[in-house]
Amino acid sequence: MSQAFRSQTAKRSWGRVVEAHHDVAKPESPTEAVAILSEVANRKMSALPIGLGRSYGDSNLNPDGALIETTRLDHYIGFDPKTGVLRAEAGVSLNDLLRVVVPHGWFLPTTPGTRYVTLGGAIANDVHGKNHHIAGSFGSHVLRFTLARTDKGVLDVDPETPGDLFAATIGGLGLTGLILDVDLQLVPIRSAFLDQHVEPLRNVDAFFEIAEARAADYEHTVAWIDCTARGDRLGQGVFTSGNWAASGGLTPHDAKSGPGLPVDAPGFALNRLTLRAFNMTYRRSQLLKPRNSRVHYAGFFHPLDAIRDWNRLYGSRGFYQYQSVIPSETAREATREMLDLIARSGQGSFLAVLKTLGDRPSPGLMSFPMRGVTLALDFANAGSKTTALLADLDAIVKTAGGRLYPAKDGRMPADIFQQGYPEWERVEALRDPALSSAFWRRVTS
Amino acid sequence: MTETRSPRKVLILGALSAMAAATARRLADRGSDFVITGRNADALERAAKDLKARGAASVAIQTLDLLETGSADAVMAQAVEAMGGLDTVLVFYGILGNQAQAETDPQEAERIIAVNYSSAVHWVMAGARALEAQSGPNRVLLTASSVAGDRGRRSNYVYGSAKAGLSVLMQGLAHKWAAQENAPRAVNLKLGFVDTPMTDGIEKGGPLWAKPDDIAAIAERALTKGGPNVYAPWFWRFIMLAIRGTPAFVFNKVNL
Repeated sequence: MSQAFRSQTAKRSWGRVVEAHHDVAKPESPTEAVAILSEVANRKMSALPIGLGRSYGDSNLNPDGALIETTRLDHYIGFDPKTGVLRAEAGVSLNDLLRVVVPHGWFLPTTPGTRYVTLGGAIANDVHGKNHHIAGSFGSHVLRFTLARTDKGVLDVDPETPGDLFAATIGGLGLTGLILDVDLQLVPIRSAFLDQHVEPLRNVDAFFEIAEARAADYEHTVAWIDCTARGDRLGQGVFTSGNWAASGGLTPHDAKSGPGLPVDAPGFALNRLTLRAFNMTYRRSQLLKPRNSRVHYAGFFHPLDAIRDWNRLYGSRGFYQYQSVIPSETAREATREMLDLIARSGQGSFLAVLKTLGDRPSPGLMSFPMRGVTLALDFANAGSKTTALLADLDAIVKTAGGRLYPAKDGRMPADIFQQGYPEWERVEALRDPALSSAFWRRVTS
Repeated sequence: MTETRSPRKVLILGALSAMAAATARRLADRGSDFVITGRNADALERAAKDLKARGAASVAIQTLDLLETGSADAVMAQAVEAMGGLDTVLVFYGILGNQAQAETDPQEAERIIAVNYSSAVHWVMAGARALEAQSGPNRVLLTASSVAGDRGRRSNYVYGSAKAGLSVLMQGLAHKWAAQENAPRAVNLKLGFVDTPMTDGIEKGGPLWAKPDDIAAIAERALTKGGPNVYAPWFWRFIMLAIRGTPAFVFNKVNL
């Protein structure tokens, strides 16, 4: 074992279902990262670059192999407050980035539901946010990046680079090389606040009507769904829309993260009753507020970041997240079917998010978003009962021509993946031969 | 802008340590000027770009080996010139060394003492002279020492003795300045366990391990108040109180 790699026996992803041994390297500089890749090649190791480890399942795990954590590649290289072009190392987190750029009147072109994601991870998973119907995914705003590979050295890659390497890396799950640095085009904001509009959703039909109407007037839209409601109330919830406010100041979020969960919650903490109570409380608390309010971006985009380690709520067995996207043509029927199946199963979810995605294409070959409706839910891991339910959901997604989000997944069968991502073989052809993940071995076998 | 967030003119000795880097980032955020020093020119260049993007007004680099103490006064003079003044000197370099090796190899013992103490004496004294020659408000000299200096123990007592020397040096300097009008402040951080590349070889985890940015937050606060000795984080004051108060016949049975 060299100095660069240290043995870590119980590495887990965000969902905490799988626990595996890894040799972990944390390069302190881009130069050291390149040297570590050479070592990986020389010793014929299997490695995987990872960021903050917020992917839920096994796309950020490489059991009994190596992980290269990029979190110490956290330096900015340049930021031009006039043009909003930022160049930074790939381990810079969105959390840190926003603290630097917001005071200058710039924001991420799109942000996922957590700030605890690195730039490299945002590219590797081609993350999206509440403004997907306007902005598309993260990869659409990446101008170029530097990619280090074990077989081809250090490459400067932009959309014009011949040979698909740009497209294969956007949504490429870290398999096409280690991203060293990134050029990103930010978007201007006039304040750090959003004017938010919150309204009740009677059921799933109302969602489709309201989503279409609000998408025309609002940059950001999302619905929270109470997964325990059935019958006429199936899909009841709240619909939130927002636009950047014109005033309010450019104060970034607090650097300090909120209180954390010191221990795993006991297994019974999240049963059907508590979930129902939580979902209803959430909905009520939203509806008690005025329908229009001005909220800071942190509360609007990243509500769960206020609780550190919220994943421990699901107890020591961990949880699965299931995120699907169904094309518009089949979305209404398939969404209803999925919600009905979940409600009847009694394994309702702590969080259920429903959102329409737009038609702005991603440059990525394996990008998750497509025009349609995405549903995201958590399921506490209750063993075969849970995996059986997820398999039933798979069948609906497959028939409807949809696909599942690799960043959230720890179990999708190869056939679902390959149907959902028909370009996967082009990514496989460009994969760095020394890089792999548990996810990739499963879905390509 | 409140007084505590106003920009500073900062010289960092050992700017590439994880805690120095985290502290510099906090000070960059408020538009400070910097002179950063270290041995690796490429790494200093990387740090300079980072600090500028984070809001630093200016960042100058001095590539030097801090064991070469002969240049200490010249380094101070250059820093004053580069920034048009100087109000903050941060002494952040150090090594853990290898205790077992130090017991058989005098050169290793010498290296631990030279890096952590004898060279630091020169830099602290030169920094003190430079700050005394300035007249602005809130001048401060801050050093990073260790709780290892509070009581010698078998696992790291050569390192501990060097850090003890540094702590006493700073205590004395603070005593001297306390007796003067408009003198700078001397602050000595006594660090516990910090999760940095320097400690990567040690099994980490548990509530006693602080992140570099936790220490940076304490350092930032210490620039305006507290000291001369600041335990970082604060709970080490009580841990070390207990360790210092443990009778030898008990302490000798504990493998620390």
